[in-house]
Amino acid sequence: MSNQYSNRSGIVKIIFLVVGIIFVGRLSMLQIFDKEYKEKAKNQSLRNITQYPARGLMYDRNGELLVYNEAVYDLMVIPRMVKNLDTNYFCQSVGITREDFEERMHKATVYSPYSASIFMKQISKEEFGRWENILYKFKGFYISKRTLRLYSKPIAAHVLGYVGEVNEHDLETKPYYKRGDYIGKSGLEYSYEKELRGIKGKRIMQVDVHNREIGSYMHGQLDTMAVEGMNLYTTLDADLQEYAEKLMANKRGCVVAIEPSTGEVLTLLSAPCYDPNMLVGRIRGQNFVKLNEDISKPLFNRALQAQYPPGSIFKVAQAMVALHLGVITPNTGFVCDKVLGCHNHPSARSVAEAIKMSCNPYFYYTYRRIIQQGKYKNANKDSQYGLTVWRDYMLRFGFGQRLDIDLPNVKAGNIPDTAFYNKWYGKDGWAFRTIYSNSIGQGEVEVVPLQMANLAAIVANRGYYYTPHLVRYYGPDSTRNPLFYEKHETGIEKRYFDIAAQGMYDVVHGAGGTAHKADVPGISVCGKTGTAENYGNDHSVFIAFAPMDNPKIAVAVYVENAQGGGGTWAAPIAGLIIEKYLKGEIERKDVDEYYTNINPCQKLPLTRRVKKPKKR
Amino acid sequence: MPTEKIRFDWITVALYLFLVFFGWLNIYAACYDENHPEILDFSCQHGKQIIWMGVAFVTALCVILIKPRIFSNIAYIIYGIVVALLVLTLFIGTVTNGGQSWIDFGAFKLQPSEFAKFATALALAKYVGDINTDLKQRQTQLVLSSMVLIPCLLILLQHDTGSALVFTSFLLAFFREGLSPYILIIGATAIILFIAALLVNKFLLIGILALLALGYLFLWLSKRSAKDYWHVGIVFAACCLFTLSVDFAFEHILESHQRDRIYVLLGKIEDPTGVGYNVDQAKIAIGSGGLVGKGFLNGTITKADFVPEQETDFIFCTVGEEWGFVGGIVVVAAYVLLLIRLIVLAERQRSTFARFYGYSVASILFFHFFINIGMVLGLVPVIGIPLPFFSYGGSSLIAFTLLLFIFIRQDADRNALF
Repeated sequence: MSNQYSNRSGIVKIIFLVVGIIFVGRLSMLQIFDKEYKEKAKNQSLRNITQYPARGLMYDRNGELLVYNEAVYDLMVIPRMVKNLDTNYFCQSVGITREDFEERMHKATVYSPYSASIFMKQISKEEFGRWENILYKFKGFYISKRTLRLYSKPIAAHVLGYVGEVNEHDLETKPYYKRGDYIGKSGLEYSYEKELRGIKGKRIMQVDVHNREIGSYMHGQLDTMAVEGMNLYTTLDADLQEYAEKLMANKRGCVVAIEPSTGEVLTLLSAPCYDPNMLVGRIRGQNFVKLNEDISKPLFNRALQAQYPPGSIFKVAQAMVALHLGVITPNTGFVCDKVLGCHNHPSARSVAEAIKMSCNPYFYYTYRRIIQQGKYKNANKDSQYGLTVWRDYMLRFGFGQRLDIDLPNVKAGNIPDTAFYNKWYGKDGWAFRTIYSNSIGQGEVEVVPLQMANLAAIVANRGYYYTPHLVRYYGPDSTRNPLFYEKHETGIEKRYFDIAAQGMYDVVHGAGGTAHKADVPGISVCGKTGTAENYGNDHSVFIAFAPMDNPKIAVAVYVENAQGGGGTWAAPIAGLIIEKYLKGEIERKDVDEYYTNINPCQKLPLTRRVKKPKKR
Repeated sequence: MPTEKIRFDWITVALYLFLVFFGWLNIYAACYDENHPEILDFSCQHGKQIIWMGVAFVTALCVILIKPRIFSNIAYIIYGIVVALLVLTLFIGTVTNGGQSWIDFGAFKLQPSEFAKFATALALAKYVGDINTDLKQRQTQLVLSSMVLIPCLLILLQHDTGSALVFTSFLLAFFREGLSPYILIIGATAIILFIAALLVNKFLLIGILALLALGYLFLWLSKRSAKDYWHVGIVFAACCLFTLSVDFAFEHILESHQRDRIYVLLGKIEDPTGVGYNVDQAKIAIGSGGLVGKGFLNGTITKADFVPEQETDFIFCTVGEEWGFVGGIVVVAAYVLLLIRLIVLAERQRSTFARFYGYSVASILFFHFFINIGMVLGLVPVIGIPLPFFSYGGSSLIAFTLLLFIFIRQDADRNALF
């Protein structure tokens, strides 16, 4: 027996061992160190099927449906699964060009060849119906049903808001959302996003190589049911909203109407208005650009965001604070000495008369008594004290702070404090003489229309308000926001507000009142005019409530750049809105027609739109 | 010493049984359908494999009951029958997966190429074991070569390249019997050059070879004779010629799918949906298993038919996915242990016949193990040969059982023969 080569058995064993070790090394690389394959495996053998709950509906205060959903279809594609596709046939059926197809396909492949991405968005039911029956011929494509938001009336765009696809920022900050999901972008859609959207459900299915579902994963243990979105029962009065939008259709400005006893917003609009259906579906993008570039800024919600100087309507609040502080009495009179410019009228002998005639000097003196109470010799120190006290009461009227309305982006306005003036004029550089413009609602005082409507509600309530809000309750349990049931007291006695109410009644009805045009036969409308000084023509302002006793509606109307002051334009419009709400019908057809058709707004100078210089 | 007891090597038998049963579990998992979990469903592959296992065990028992001497006596007859079957297959074989390697007997199909391996091993062992055989004689070498090449070529004609390549594994057995190691070295060099020539520029490669040759001559050798120059020159020239002919061979000798498989392995084609699909899916399945796997019957990739041939050639995917790194190590270790054990057993044989046969068994199993798992792990181009004892398939299981148990029988009787 020749065992001459028996030492070679060692070499053979070593070869076997080395191969074994190489395999173990390779296994450890694939299974332990390299995460790539695990991710790939997840993507291709499991399919996450998201179940989108229907978004909650919105109703108006009378149960009228405002916002609802309609089914649309997204055509999805899993690029890797697309095989043996007759591209021409496919393009023809779906109605796209070959180049379009290549581009969409490329986009989807770049996103991920293994997982589904949207090939074509929001296909209507009709369109989908045309090629539904042949879809099975195109491997790798399938339909995912989504819902589209629709608005039953073309009204209240600023209140209802709109939904759109989540952006990068949303994706980063809110883990709930996945690319392609919809989210409320503005209005109630934004504020009540969590309630409206419901909770997405998830089913995990195992799929085989042909992308067929072969059963649930882990017997459905990880699956979740979708939770339907909650319905919103809003405080809007759709009829009133529609009517107000009709009145304001060819004007710029805004209207806010509140039910004083609850703070429920009946109408809130910013003119020019637009149809909320413009911002729905595939047409959204181009319409958004159109609205965004419009010189009269339809996307800007003036009711919450436009910080105007309030003008004369502010005098009502001034009078209340002065009476409360005791610096004047109900029967204090001031001679109309034109210390501030004023129109011709007899001197006011009482607070009510001063409100009725909107006497500027009267409030100049009143405000001087508030600011300079004589507690300090130094005029500046005295003013500092007076301003602080004054501001404190103004804040109780809801001025100078954001009202907690359930809409996004509400502005605070401005009630200047001592720090404000110290910064402006230097520490000792100011006193009443520097800031007297505030007395008549000019100067540094700024207010958003919502706050003005709230002022009307405060007078209507004779001294308190509920935070204006747009949703009464939501969901199956009729959940209410307790914040909206908190009474905000001004701390000023009711009897002073009775005087204000009387003054405001006289504005509309009394001899020498400034707003007889707001009168509605048979209804005791109380109002106050204002003219907010401005570049270009002044803004026409009017606040009102009615009826005088047991008020049902408080309203603020702004008409931008309207020649002629509050009594000329804003007052009759407010009157019509009150008539519509309290009577349900407009009886003065001619008045209605006149104010609907007229456009008192000064044309906007075209120079405001800055054109970019062309490159040379 | 005829009274010497017959002793089976139970370690080998145990490893064999482990691989067969564990293999079956994985076939079951690969075919598992939660709606039809019956084990004895003979329409499914796991059901059929139970029958094949029964047949294989009966075969093993028969082999054990037969006197070991008979195998060496009828070695040539068996070889002759198998060669005849291979020829027959060329004429009446049925075509499956592009290979014409099956004879259809109605109820079952026979794959003669599986049996060609053990038949050739027996015949070679018989020839090598003959006292009159001198391996150094040119004529002997010629006879042995043709004994390997005849079945090999017949199988190639069936377009079953993988099974044909298995016959190169006899080189390892011959190596033990004195085959010049240069043959193995030349083989290894050829493979390295082949791969290198496909990956880098030919002229760059020749430049590197020239540098290596010069380095060897002037840095490695302290004294240089004219003979050294000649040798290095010849080797260098041969390497250059080989390198330059790679392209030709690659384009004209290999078939297009073979070219693709090599390109995929070398990363020159990245096509996970086309030619690279199998390997990519295999890697995904294995990679997704992680350390301890997803658990028996919980493999999502294999269960969902993502891996083609998952119960035959790609069965190791199921191991990797469901049993994880731990399962993978156990299987690899079982094979390495079995192979080394076979070498140990072969070395203790008294007859050259038994020793050579033992080496042949180890070499054939090793080749399958190396190519199959290497392919699944993406280390070796895709060559469709089964994982011994593990993969689904009656012919392969029975043939491997025969191959192994003939040797176990020889080993059990090693002392009784003399």
